[in-house]
Amino acid sequence: MPDQFLYAVEVIINGLMAGVLYALVALGFVLIFKASGIFNYAQGVMALFAAMTLVGIQKGQIPFAKLINTVMGTELEHFPWTVPVIPAIILAFGVMILFAIIVEKYILKHLVNQPEIILFMATIGLAYFMEGFGDIMWGPEIKKLDVGLPQGGSFWIEDMTIGLGGENFYGFFIDKLDMVATVVAILLVAALTIFSQYSKQGRALRAVADDHQAALSVGISLRFIWVLVWSIAGFVALVAGIMWGAKSGVQFSLSLIALKALPVLMLGGFTSIPGAIVGGLIIGVGEKLFEFSIGPLVGGATENWFAYVLALIFLVFRPQGLFGEKIIERV
Amino acid sequence: MLDTGHTTETLLEVNNIEVIYSHVILVLKGVSLTVPKGGIIALLGGNGAGKTTTLKAISNLLHSERGEVTKGSITYQGQVINDLAPADLVRKGVIQVMEGRHCFEHLTVEENLLTGAYTRKSKRETAQDLEMVYSYFPRLKERRKSQAGYTSGGEQQMIAIGRALMSRPEMVLLDEPSMGLAPQLVEQIFEIVKSINEKEGVTFLLAEQNTNVALRYAHHGYILESGRVVMEGSAANLRENPDIKEFYLGMSEGGRKSFRDVRSYRRRKRWLA
Repeated sequence: MPDQFLYAVEVIINGLMAGVLYALVALGFVLIFKASGIFNYAQGVMALFAAMTLVGIQKGQIPFAKLINTVMGTELEHFPWTVPVIPAIILAFGVMILFAIIVEKYILKHLVNQPEIILFMATIGLAYFMEGFGDIMWGPEIKKLDVGLPQGGSFWIEDMTIGLGGENFYGFFIDKLDMVATVVAILLVAALTIFSQYSKQGRALRAVADDHQAALSVGISLRFIWVLVWSIAGFVALVAGIMWGAKSGVQFSLSLIALKALPVLMLGGFTSIPGAIVGGLIIGVGEKLFEFSIGPLVGGATENWFAYVLALIFLVFRPQGLFGEKIIERV
Repeated sequence: MLDTGHTTETLLEVNNIEVIYSHVILVLKGVSLTVPKGGIIALLGGNGAGKTTTLKAISNLLHSERGEVTKGSITYQGQVINDLAPADLVRKGVIQVMEGRHCFEHLTVEENLLTGAYTRKSKRETAQDLEMVYSYFPRLKERRKSQAGYTSGGEQQMIAIGRALMSRPEMVLLDEPSMGLAPQLVEQIFEIVKSINEKEGVTFLLAEQNTNVALRYAHHGYILESGRVVMEGSAANLRENPDIKEFYLGMSEGGRKSFRDVRSYRRRKRWLA
């Protein structure tokens, strides 16, 4: 096989894996948008906050240590313990549930029936609040997230594929972390699909998404559903935070991955879980292939804008996205 | 015969309620009514008379439309229910079927019905209830796997009523079941309502513009006009009342009248006089 072709295949595989990570973030948006019609601007910050919380819990950091030290004149920093990975993840999820309850109680409840733009503005406020709050709680420095995920290229795959090409081909380079992320994302989507299709609460969730007045009339509590949805979105944010955090460290730029999710959503549709996945994959592969083939001609750095241009083209021709909810109209 | 079949025990009592939307628009100006256990009670009146608002005041769905009950009380089984959340009311056995059907379009017919059992715990009972609903609406069983958004208007009304039945209600607030349906279907829906009332003992309070049909199936009727009850009586009496005939049934002694005569008649004789 010609090397050029093999390089392209490698680019596609890596693109798919990057796409999975975009999809993970997009998923959180879709969940909240479907259930409450809110575009949750804070989704990216939620991922950052979840990752910070996880690292903090793992290391046994004392929350608000700086604040306490300044006010009380103490010199606290760490609890005398560290927490193993699994309990730490469970605790971090607990914090995200608590966060969901607080958001419902102090924001959503009071803004019910307001125009969507007001709810959107509220989530912008929430995003900036969380960003600052996370810094006060866990400190602003860049943290290393280590949950025992494998890192670096997979030698196994390199060895398996080295024979495919000529002398200068050393096999496919595929990051192990990306492979783990792919598996986790597949599991997550499967679990979410089963939950929403076959469980009672999942059904209620879809009912609320369709017609919240009617859902109210059959005795579904909107407040409970909102807490449920924000908790699930919190969990998705935690997973995304772990994957991105393990890749590039837990730092402020993590919250900007939310912006990467936007073109994914435009492509896949704001209301479709499969759409988020496929959209993520298309963007991931598209931008990597574009960079690989056209990039050198235009001086590179196409990854920054390619996704948005693709999304714009989609907006013109298919505004509801690839998998956007079909609008059922009776005639 | 139609006026028998219900007891004298009071199930629901609405006492002189006033409803205001958005803090300024006064919609109900003191509505009172009594619903006996096991009865079919009709709320009649034209557009904007306050029928839907009365039902929503009872089921407490007003809040999500920025409306509130500012005066009066609503008691169900002797308990004041003004401030109960819709979900709590459903648990107590009061459920509303909203006007315009409001199905969950992207759910299948069966999933729609199952959402009605949201407040119930036992899976076995839910399965039984599903069969019960299918026995009243065999058409729904045939279409159980289709998306509700693609079913016909009559089927959607059946879904909405069936969904309410899945909560094992004591009382159903049925808003405008005839809306947008062919006369034959309207008749069919009312037949089913009547048989549910007789066999399952479910009490119905229904708001309806189609006075003719409603008075043939109901035991008792209230007539609303711009937020007030202007007349009430047993369905048989209302059917025979000359004013009702004139205004709501379109029949009068001297045959059809021209519109001008009717208007002057209206001017001469107001309900509230």
